[in-house]
Parts: sequence; C-alpha cells; structure tokens
Amino acid sequence: MQANKVYLYPVWVRLWHLSNALLCLLLIFTGVSMQYASAESPFIRFDIAVSIHNLCGILLTVSYLAFIIGNLTTGNGKYYRQRIKGYFKEIMQQARYYSYGMFVGEPAPFKINEERKFNPIQKLTYILIMYVALPFIFITGWALLFPEFIVTRLFQFGGITLTSLLHAMLGFLVSLFLIIHVYFCTIGHTVGSNFKSMINGYHETHN
Amino acid sequence: MIKRLITGKQLMITVFTGILLVFFSVFSVVSQEKANQLSEESLKCLECHGGAHYTLSDTASGDEVKLSMYRELRVDPLQLAGSTHGMFKCTDCHSSDYETTPHPVSVKFESKYACIDCHGGDEAYASFKFETIEEEYGKSVHAELLGDDFSCWSCHNPHYYKLSKDIPIVDRVAVDNEMCLQCHGNEIKFSDLTERELPILIDKHDWLPNQTLHFKKVRCIDCHAQQNDSIMVAHLIKPSSQAINDCVKCHSTNSILVSSLYKHEVAQQRNEAGFYNGIIMNQAYLISANRNYFLNIASIVVFGLTLLAIAVHAYFRTRKSTSNASK
Repeated sequence: MQANKVYLYPVWVRLWHLSNALLCLLLIFTGVSMQYASAESPFIRFDIAVSIHNLCGILLTVSYLAFIIGNLTTGNGKYYRQRIKGYFKEIMQQARYYSYGMFVGEPAPFKINEERKFNPIQKLTYILIMYVALPFIFITGWALLFPEFIVTRLFQFGGITLTSLLHAMLGFLVSLFLIIHVYFCTIGHTVGSNFKSMINGYHETHN
Repeated sequence: MIKRLITGKQLMITVFTGILLVFFSVFSVVSQEKANQLSEESLKCLECHGGAHYTLSDTASGDEVKLSMYRELRVDPLQLAGSTHGMFKCTDCHSSDYETTPHPVSVKFESKYACIDCHGGDEAYASFKFETIEEEYGKSVHAELLGDDFSCWSCHNPHYYKLSKDIPIVDRVAVDNEMCLQCHGNEIKFSDLTERELPILIDKHDWLPNQTLHFKKVRCIDCHAQQNDSIMVAHLIKPSSQAINDCVKCHSTNSILVSSLYKHEVAQQRNEAGFYNGIIMNQAYLISANRNYFLNIASIVVFGLTLLAIAVHAYFRTRKSTSNASK
C-alpha cells in the first residue's frame, strides 16, 4: 500500500521526545529498583539508583520546561487544545475503531494530517499525562529532594509518606502509559513506521 | 448592653486570659501531682539537690551560707517525679549515710548500682532481658575501650530514665540520639572519657544523603549497634568502622529498622498478610521498606490486565492481517 508522508515532527519535538523517552526509561528502571530494593539481589545498587533517579528527574524537569516553552512559542501547542463539545462522541468513535473497526478493515475515523496530529484518544491521553500527571510527579519528586519543605503530618499520615506514595503511584501510571504508548505506536502504516517518523519527522498515512 | 460595656477586642483578651489561667491552673495541678509522688525523704534531699543553690547552717552559731550545688549533683524534681524510678526514695539506691548532713566522707565510698543489680534475675523484668543487655554491653566499644570509666549511667540517667515505649517514634529517636550526643556532640564531655579528638559528626556522615532527615528519623544505634532480635534495644555498640553504611540494610522490606526501632509496633500491628505498613507509614517514610501491600497487589493486577489487553488486541490485529494476506 502506498503511503502519504506528512511532516509532523520538527527537529525540536524529536529531540525533546528522544530525551523524554530516555529519561523516563531510566527513571522507571531506577524507580522500580529502589522500590523493590533488596540486599540479596539489587537490580541497580541502591545509592547508584538514587543518584541516577535524582539526576534524571532534574533533567526531565528541564526537558518538560523546554516542551512547554516550545508549545507556547511554536504551533505545536495547538495539537493539545481540544473543544469539549462533541469530544466524548469522538472518543467513542475512536474507541470503537480500536476495539472493533480495525479488526474488520474499517478506515480510521480520524485522519492524521497537519491540522490533526493526534486522534481523540491519543490527545486525551497525552493531555492527561503531559499536563496533569507529569506536573504532579515533578512537584512530588522535587518535594522528596527537599523533604524539609514537606508538611510533617496530614490526616494522620506523615507528609513524606503521602508525597512518596503519590509519586510512586504516578510513576506507575507513567510506566503503564509508556507500555500502551509503545504498543499503539505499532498501529501505523506499518508496524515500524511510527517509530521511524520520530526519527525522520515524517508521519506515514494510508493512501 | 454588653456591647456598650466591653469591646470585641477586650472580650477576646478576657477570654484568652481566661483560657491561659485555666491552662496554667491545670498544668500546676499536674506538676504538683507529679512532685507529690516523690517520697518525703526524697523531697528532703531535693531541698539542696533540687536546685542550683543550697543553704548550709552552722548549728552552733546559727550562721547560714548560700552555696552553689555542683551541676552533676543536681536532680530536677519534676523529671525525677516523672521517671520510672521516681517512686523510690533516694536512700533506696544511695547510702543511708546521706541522711546525715553535711554528708560524711564515707558516702564517697558507696558502691554504685548498675541496672543488673536490681533488675537481674527478676521475673518482673524478664521481658527486658537485662542479662543479655549486660552481656552485649560488655562486648561494646564503650566497655572495651573505657572500662570502669563508662557504665549504664553514662547514657541512662537513673534519675530521669523512663520507658520510651509510650513516646511517639519520632520523639523517641530524638531522645535516644540525645543520649549519644551528650558525649559525641560535646567536646568537654568527650574529652573527659578519651584523649581522641571529637570527630565532626556531619563530616563523618557526609556519605549519607539527606543527613538532616536521617538524623531526625533514625537512631544512631540502628546503624552503630549490632541488632539483636531478642532484646528491645541493641546495646552492643560497635566501633565506627563497623557501622552500617549500606543503604539497602534499611531501604528494603527486610529493613533492620523493622527489627529494631519499629519492632514492637510491628509485632503488634502485623496482620495475616505480613503487612506492616500501618505503623511505619504513620511514623516515617522509608523507600522500599514500606511498600504498600494493597497498592502492590493493585499494581500487579492493573499491570497484568494491561498486558493481557495488549496481547488480546495484538492477537486480533494479527488475525486480521493474516486474513488480509490470504485474500
């Protein structure tokens, strides 16, 4: 099948995406290692895991700020804006396609082009991850770097305990997102075309 | 009418003053009650030993002189009354020669009791295992290096000692660490015991991330003493070269803190799932040691369901591609 190519990912988006992916992977590996640390079988030595996790967290914050500034100053931000009216219907259409339509050869309900980089479900997921989960994970992560600023007690729980629980839960959520994200990236023109597009910048669509 | 007589501000001051008065009345009653627990004989001793000064009278001439009481001979009546040993009279532990004032020289030769002298072999105190504590202390760096210059009382003040089990863990950490810092944070007291230079604790612990937090939440003995599950508090203090400096000893589900600092709370609150998060989560945070049991289960279930959903989705996709290819 012939493919149309649309230039959707400028260099800065690709660089940001690459750094984001690498840092998130390192954060997940070190985070899991710390959470499940044991003296008998350390996945990554605890002090090394802590140092890498802290460093990557700081770098990810910088990378996130670059993403926000990029979205504010270039046209990339428009892909993350959404009208509420009719959005639910669009999500249901996309969900139907993912869970049924694509198995029976129906065309994708929302074509990807320069005006629409993400389908409605993608957009919702990215908005939630980028604008809700990540800010919270940064706030809780930075708070754990400077625990002296965390309230001592909140509702019978230690402030640090709650902060760290929230941080770990959000980390788990981002890990889940990453797995689903990678899987859905295989749903492209070919299995590898979406991965290729994050290298050359061109999104391939069906003719 | 009231509005005319007093302003809102005056009313607030009156109410606030009232509350303060009630508070101080209650406090003074409580204080009085504590002081009243002391025996008559003890109160008599405290007339001189309870403050910074005492008065000595010449019975022949009637002259009186006000003298300073050495700091190490002073006993705070309030703290004594609130202590575990507060109900004893002074001469239960000290020589009866002290009943004579001015005290005769013989009091200088009195033998000082150690914990084991009263508590050893006593069924009432069996759970404290004083014999094991004594044995462990004998092997400690303090006993080996300082010999008779060091005793139970070097760390535990017998006049103020009280059981710490009812104190919240965070406060208990502070109380426990204060014992060590009496000497290890005080150049004068340290030099009374050894000619060694007092190490700067901040520098010695510079490998430890978040030092302040660690010092607030962890006792010195958790890393500096050999843990012994059979006693409540480890007493075998090891040389600093043998102290734990491996993060995972604490930061793991088998954390040494669970077998030392939190041991008793853990034992009380451990449920059938071996879930000991309750107490630890309420008192402190320790990466990995207090993984939340229910969140662990939930995360495994959610993770498993996600992978299953992906596998099912991929299966139907593959089937569709195969059927397309065969057409």
